[in-house]
Amino acid sequence: MKSDQAAKPDVLVIDDEIQIRRLLRATLEGAGYAMREAATGQLGLSEIAFRRPDAVVLDLGLPDLSGLDVLKRVREWTEVPVLILSVLGQEENKVAALDAGADDYLTKPFGGAEFLARIRVMLRRNKADDGLTVVKFGDIEIDLARRVVGKAGDEVALTAKEYALLRLLVLHRGKVLTHRQLLREVWGPQAEEQTHYLRVYVDRLRRKLEDDPTRPKHLLTALGVGYRLVAE
Amino acid sequence: MADQRPNPDVLLASLQREEQKARRGRLKVFFGMCPGVGKTYAMLRAAQQELLDHVDVVVGVVETHGRAETEALLTGLTVIPRQSIDYRGSVLTEMDLEAILARRPRLVLVDEFAHTNAPGSRHPKRYQDVIELLDAGLDVFTTLNVQHLESRADAVRQITGVTVRETVPDSALELADEIELIDLTPERLRERLAEGKVYVAERAANAAENFFKDTNLTALRELALRFVAERVEKRLRELRAAGPTKTVWRSGERLLVAVGPSPFSTQLVRWTRRMAAAQGASWIAVSVESARTLTPDAQRRLDQNLALARELGAEVVVTHDENVADALVRVALQNNATQIVVGKSRSPRVLDLLRGGSLVDRLLRISGPIDIYVVPAERAAERTGAWLAWSPRTLSPSREYIEVGAVLAAVTAVNLLAARLTGYQTIGLFYLLTVIVLSLRVGRGPMLLAGTLSALAWDFLFIPPIFTFYIGRLEDGMLCSAYFLVAIIAGQLTSRVRAQQRHERLREERATALFHLTRALSAAATLDEGVFAALRQADRLFGGETALLVPQPGTDALVAHFAGSFQVSEKERSVADWVWRNGKEAGRFTDTLPSAAGFHVPLKREDKCLGVLVVGVPPKVSLSLAQRDLVEGFATQLALLLEREELQAASEREKLLAESEKLHRTLLDGVSHELKTPLAVLRGAAERLPDDNTEVGGIGREMRTATRRLNRLVSNLLDQTRLESGTLRPKLDWCDGHDLINAALDGTRDSLGEHPFDMNVPEDMPLFRADAALMEQVIANLLLNAALHTPAGTPVFLAAGVDHPRERVFFTVADRGPGFPAEMRERLFQKFQRGDAARAGGLGLGLSIIRGFVAAQGGEVVAGENPGGGSVFTVYLPYTPHGAVPVE
Repeated sequence: MKSDQAAKPDVLVIDDEIQIRRLLRATLEGAGYAMREAATGQLGLSEIAFRRPDAVVLDLGLPDLSGLDVLKRVREWTEVPVLILSVLGQEENKVAALDAGADDYLTKPFGGAEFLARIRVMLRRNKADDGLTVVKFGDIEIDLARRVVGKAGDEVALTAKEYALLRLLVLHRGKVLTHRQLLREVWGPQAEEQTHYLRVYVDRLRRKLEDDPTRPKHLLTALGVGYRLVAE
Repeated sequence: MADQRPNPDVLLASLQREEQKARRGRLKVFFGMCPGVGKTYAMLRAAQQELLDHVDVVVGVVETHGRAETEALLTGLTVIPRQSIDYRGSVLTEMDLEAILARRPRLVLVDEFAHTNAPGSRHPKRYQDVIELLDAGLDVFTTLNVQHLESRADAVRQITGVTVRETVPDSALELADEIELIDLTPERLRERLAEGKVYVAERAANAAENFFKDTNLTALRELALRFVAERVEKRLRELRAAGPTKTVWRSGERLLVAVGPSPFSTQLVRWTRRMAAAQGASWIAVSVESARTLTPDAQRRLDQNLALARELGAEVVVTHDENVADALVRVALQNNATQIVVGKSRSPRVLDLLRGGSLVDRLLRISGPIDIYVVPAERAAERTGAWLAWSPRTLSPSREYIEVGAVLAAVTAVNLLAARLTGYQTIGLFYLLTVIVLSLRVGRGPMLLAGTLSALAWDFLFIPPIFTFYIGRLEDGMLCSAYFLVAIIAGQLTSRVRAQQRHERLREERATALFHLTRALSAAATLDEGVFAALRQADRLFGGETALLVPQPGTDALVAHFAGSFQVSEKERSVADWVWRNGKEAGRFTDTLPSAAGFHVPLKREDKCLGVLVVGVPPKVSLSLAQRDLVEGFATQLALLLEREELQAASEREKLLAESEKLHRTLLDGVSHELKTPLAVLRGAAERLPDDNTEVGGIGREMRTATRRLNRLVSNLLDQTRLESGTLRPKLDWCDGHDLINAALDGTRDSLGEHPFDMNVPEDMPLFRADAALMEQVIANLLLNAALHTPAGTPVFLAAGVDHPRERVFFTVADRGPGFPAEMRERLFQKFQRGDAARAGGLGLGLSIIRGFVAAQGGEVVAGENPGGGSVFTVYLPYTPHGAVPVE
């Protein structure tokens, strides 16, 4: 996989705007990443195929292929983490991209720190396929093998659906899961329209796990899109 | 044993009646056996009672007949002045329907339900005025005597010998929600009469001798009581039908009555209606058209009888058959009729035998399980009826008789010459040939004449001994008799075949007319072309002029389509207007505005009236029932055409809209992308500058602030453009208030930094439906506004929650800034409007966008004053709780 020196993770940026590429190069290299770039979707696809980057940053508005098309082709053969860049007004495309398997999204203009944080989470998740059965964040501990959830040392009683939802978010921690994905996985394909189920269950989970359920730190909302578990 | 379920048809009918009633005003009828029982008095008493309950009562029309105690009851009631109608020099006064409708009281008093209006009024009958009042939602009190009831008019005539001209169809009375019987014993009534309380003195004596005889009164009283009792029983049955019941329910009874042109048929129709009402059954009136041509007069009477049946609630079926009995049984079976009602035959016994038994005999033979009721004709009607019934059969145009005479004379002259060569027997064949040829041209009557005349001529002039009617030889006698029979039968047969052909042709013409119309309509490329084709066809078919009136788009007025040939005068337009608004036929040949020149038919599709078809025929010409049905057929086709056009236009509009929306979105996305990309670069670049006290650090800070501001401006401009392009399509989904507020706070934290911030949102705020992205911007914009337009250091406060009693969600942002004057409040939400205290720049789009976004989600935003200084902005969204979510 990583043909470079072991230490430097490789990030591919697919964006037709040279200024954005330059800016991201400065940002990424300043943070210790190696960066490749592609100006079109086609070039990006071959870069991914031949160079096997560790993460991909994909702009939704490309001149040749739409970002969504690029993503769908990528997902045909690799699970490389993909961060979507979009502007306001492309909400539907953004959700479609997440549904199609993108890991996260950022809306332009975005801050450099925010950008780096997302990249970091994506890379960690990719590396974290390590068969760990116990996941810890804050004072919360989840034992996936024993199906036990604890907070500050005490066991937390979860219902079957609550646990299923939490487990899904934990397995994809860092990644934004759309409403549709969550509903389909936990309640089944026929429940995709029952969005209030999801809201109510996330609320119940927050009440059991978060210190302040109205200001969650881990079970975060991606407004109008879905949820994400932040395990930091 | 019949099943115990309520009959769904009855239930449905009673439900529909209830529903209709909900929209209508309520009708109460004060019902009596004859004048003078005190109906008007009782009505006024009831009205006074209503007045005490502060109901807005007006008097539409009340006849006090100079009775003092009645007149006294008028005090305190508002009387709508009657309108004057100028009729041939004399001035008549009638109830002013328009004035009442304009005044819109709760309750109107309308005396004498059966009154006939002066010519030139909107409706010929007052009960039709009342129906219009009820339709308009006004309650009506009215009075009615039993003799004015259509179905009882006959009975009253038989009892009293007085023919009642002013009648009310029973269907009109069925609208009544309440019927109050005003009962008085005959003795008491005669006392009142004697006291002069009913009529003034000289008329009273006269009336007492004629109408108010004790026997009459008793019979009338019984009639009135029975009517009310029947009605009560019917109501009871309806009630019983509404709930499951153990009593046997006779469902599916259906009566069929044979209707002809004779006045006796009129009685038969009324009789059947009474019987149907008593059984709670539906009924059909059937007219069998045969080969016989009816005289125009008979045709008119037949139409009247059928119209009466329709008015009394029958379903009318017109069928064609040479055999009346067959036709009746066929229609009965098709319509599941269980009883057939026919009049007792009046034709001579001999003819019955020739036809294979009387109608009744034949019916009894073939009717199977269907019950047959034979109703005897009343003696008086029989006389005229029999004559009238026969007239169409025997009367053919006199021209045909002359033709028969002339042809026979000519043939006889030729025969006289030929007889010497051929012998008298061959002459018989010549005559036979002549008679058969004649039968191809003339009717049944002339044929009978031709057969008889030719036989006599042959006998007298040719069969020896000639110049006598005596026939010498037996074989000649047999020959002559056989000839006579053959001539008659041949004549009958051919004329029957011919008549049948004519009927086929008529029917075919009708079918062809509609077929041609449909074809022309479907072939028409444009609406105008179709209308033109349809109207020309109608002109030809009805032998008159036609016009089509359609509502002008965007307005409330009807305009005549240019293809019409009928000149629509101001008066006709007002008739058409009525038809369009009420969705019912009017004008000539109808009961509404019959003085109009045209027959006005609504073009109805479902409940919508798309226009009005007007058919004007010359004054002397009348449209038969069949032709009017055809007009309705035309109207249906035209309505379909108009509807098709309307749908096409709508889908065309939809397509255009969708395309322009798509274009708009693409453009906006493009612009958005182009503007935001350099902004992203700027922001990224500025962030890479060090944040310290060096000069570069200062430049970095300035750049970051400028970028933020520029970003806000660009976002607002784009949002405003989205709003104005009308392409904003909010996607409503369940939202968590805390999520929205957290997201909005994330975006505005930098700007709020200098203001102490506090909020009050219930921890368990329920979910509500909104577009999350739009709401986030709305809340963020409210917070930004508060931060930017108030001095640094003043607090900003946010509250949210659900206002359960008013079923709405609210988000409130309050500040302690300078506030704004009350008169500014409305202007605040306009574009490019900036508060006086606007500290930083901005285009003043913030509030306008908030208002737009909130409105798009079905909510509203309100600006107000914060008690103690500052301003408050509150956004309201509709709130409905979501369904229960199980714990699983």
